[in-house]
Amino acid sequence: MSTLLQVDELRVRFPTRTGTIEAVRGVSFSLGRERLGIVGESGSGKSQTGRAIMGLTPPHAQVTAKRLDFDGIDLLNVSARQRRTLRGSRIAMVLQDPKYSLNPVMSVGRQIVETLRTHEDVSRNEARSRALQMLEAVQIRDPERVFNLYPHEVSGGMGQRAMIAMMLIAGPELLIADEPTSALDVTVQLEVLGILDRLVADRGMGLIFISHDLRLVSSFCDRVIVMYAGRIVEEIAASDLANARHPYTRGLLDCMPKIGADRHPLPTLQRQAEWSL
Amino acid sequence: MSETAETSPQTLRDWLLSERPQSRMQARLGRFYMIWRRFTANKLAVVGLVIILALLFVAAFADLLAPYSPTVGDLRTTRLLPPGGEFLLGTDDQGRDILSRLIYGSRLTLYVVLLVAIIAAPIGLLVGTVAGYAGGWVDAVLMRITDIFLAFPKLILALAFVAALGPGIENAVIAIAITSWPPYARMARAETLTVRNSDYIAAVQLMGASPTRIVVRHIMPLCLSSLIVRVTLDMAGIILTAAGLGFLGLGAQPPLPEWGAMIASGRRFILDQWWVAAMPGLAILIVSLGFNLLGDGLRDALDPRGSNQ
Amino acid sequence: MTNALSISNLEVAFDHFRALKGVSIEVARGESFGLVGESGSGKSTLLRAVAGLAPVQSGEIRIDGKPLTTPRDKAFYRTVQMVFQDPYGSLHPRQTIDRLLLEPLAIHGFSDGEQRIVRALDEVGLGSGFRFRYPHQLSGGQRQRIAIARALIVEPSILLLDEPTSALDASVQAEVLNLLEQIRRDRKLTFVMVSHDLAVITHMCERLVVMQNGDIVEQLDAADLASGKVTQAYTDNLMRASEGFRRTIA
Repeated sequence: MSTLLQVDELRVRFPTRTGTIEAVRGVSFSLGRERLGIVGESGSGKSQTGRAIMGLTPPHAQVTAKRLDFDGIDLLNVSARQRRTLRGSRIAMVLQDPKYSLNPVMSVGRQIVETLRTHEDVSRNEARSRALQMLEAVQIRDPERVFNLYPHEVSGGMGQRAMIAMMLIAGPELLIADEPTSALDVTVQLEVLGILDRLVADRGMGLIFISHDLRLVSSFCDRVIVMYAGRIVEEIAASDLANARHPYTRGLLDCMPKIGADRHPLPTLQRQAEWSL
Repeated sequence: MSETAETSPQTLRDWLLSERPQSRMQARLGRFYMIWRRFTANKLAVVGLVIILALLFVAAFADLLAPYSPTVGDLRTTRLLPPGGEFLLGTDDQGRDILSRLIYGSRLTLYVVLLVAIIAAPIGLLVGTVAGYAGGWVDAVLMRITDIFLAFPKLILALAFVAALGPGIENAVIAIAITSWPPYARMARAETLTVRNSDYIAAVQLMGASPTRIVVRHIMPLCLSSLIVRVTLDMAGIILTAAGLGFLGLGAQPPLPEWGAMIASGRRFILDQWWVAAMPGLAILIVSLGFNLLGDGLRDALDPRGSNQ
Repeated sequence: MTNALSISNLEVAFDHFRALKGVSIEVARGESFGLVGESGSGKSTLLRAVAGLAPVQSGEIRIDGKPLTTPRDKAFYRTVQMVFQDPYGSLHPRQTIDRLLLEPLAIHGFSDGEQRIVRALDEVGLGSGFRFRYPHQLSGGQRQRIAIARALIVEPSILLLDEPTSALDASVQAEVLNLLEQIRRDRKLTFVMVSHDLAVITHMCERLVVMQNGDIVEQLDAADLASGKVTQAYTDNLMRASEGFRRTIA
């Protein structure tokens, strides 16, 4: 399997008045054309890892790494312009809430068309027909109608599908999805995941799926990275999760209530200081 | 987490910044200290604060600081002398020392500013929070009244009031106060609307708190910081309005050394004896600037979004 | 014995949107009752209607057999308390924990406030070291514990829980759920709990209703649900959804 993304010793630091906060502390992994899950609780640095790869870290933060290569391109040392071109055309990102990531004053269809036209030189008509195809691909039943709707006129699930359509229209090779379904109802969540799954498989994309939900990630991804306090504590094949070795991973799996399991009280996570060393 | 005994002597700073304050007092002082630290991080704000403190000092010790009487001058020998020498800022057409008049005038300025703030800010706060929290027809009535006041130019409305009440510094204060509360009411209402549907207000309702209690104890404190900022920023405007009324002869009456009135009387000599009008103008400028810088600094320091740091 | 909470034919409408379309439930004293549904199902609206925070069009709510008055009287607030979903939004940002806990005591005229605050903080596992902190100095789980302490401090008999753990990390969720269970045991409370998470509800509640679009789809025992004895397709759907993603085309 060819390596699409190589991350070596990635660090993200936020200097503040009271000292430097290290959100990501030496994360290394490589990604082929596969589905990789990054799981962790709030403050584990999972989102900052995704943002650093995407180049969306806030300007005052410092991002360093021994290596941060995407398909042979050194992401840390490319020009801002090159990075922008990469973003959207070859690397795309889906964020948690479509309400905040779609432009509220532009119709859904136009946003998809604009995205396509910034990355590819296509005619207006062709862009439109491809946007409609894309909306169909994310299983929007009436793409012509949704094309002209504004983000506030569509439901959460529909908005997230439109967001995925927009992100995938330029045919990226790597998709970073940061909690893409956390704002959605469970049943809608699975529909959206199903769509995402099929598109990723059909197009042979690499996917980084960032989530707090270990169970969901393990059922969706091939491989899972578990992060704690800015570090990777365990990397494991999703199918092998039941045999996780790190007590944090096991604790995280164990502390969730399950239907049919009568455990009172629930086992809680005893955090050990050495996990974050 | 074990409670380890404090071995090293605690500095005052550590005590104030403690993550686990031991008393109500310590928690409150700690919060004020955080605000103070944010405030002093802004150098211009400190300049503003120094100007205002200097104004307070001058007003408090006017008797000691002023070299001459502010109201009596020697018409034969000291009329319209230029700045320098015996009279640092020159003298006016009545032979009075301008510096002394400015020093005494700071009292009038402070008097006007503080009185207006004390009258207008609470009215605005009350009207705004009540309108915002009650909603419905109460809101509609209160806000239409506010709109009516807002629809008039401030100075013109103040003029009308002074004309009706008669000239004088107290009436000028009342007139300015009456015309300056509507913006505070609007602001307090906007702020109230953003918090009234929040869960923490719902939680207080669920404790059985009366609407009065909710408005006074839970909503007003939230509006207070932006109100303080706004009032501070408006102080400059109040000084200018007071000076404007004084200039038009409707504020403080001679021989009171009100800065606006001083400019008015210096107007006649503005080409030949520029200092008569320029000095009080400069005083107004510096004090207005001081209040503006202070207000800007307070806004940054009191901003709730910054309170996470 | 009369039921702790009985709701019959409750209708709630916001402007022209019917959030609840004639819902009836009975919650026995000491029971833990769950409401499950997706967004827009009206589950939270039901809780807020009981608390007097939603506009009731028609129907009746009885607490311990007595119909509720609008506005609610002071006795109601000593019987029924609520814990909100978002621990970041339910605590006043400018008040210390001490002030937050003192407020209900002041309103209801308790004189032994000092002791009660210390006891309440102990009960939710925080200790008095937290007493004079501001909410922004606490983590999400700690805030939710404070919210629970605030609800308990007036010694209610019914606790309304509106997604109390959905904004928390899984490990913190487990701690808060355990805390809630223990408090219920110790104080013999009646719980009415709302969640979108079927697993959380079956863990916490003995009986539950599944809601959709302002209506009750199905009412069942948690045990029946666990053993798969569901009659409605929608419930079945929710159950399968909560097990995670399943690849249909392998």
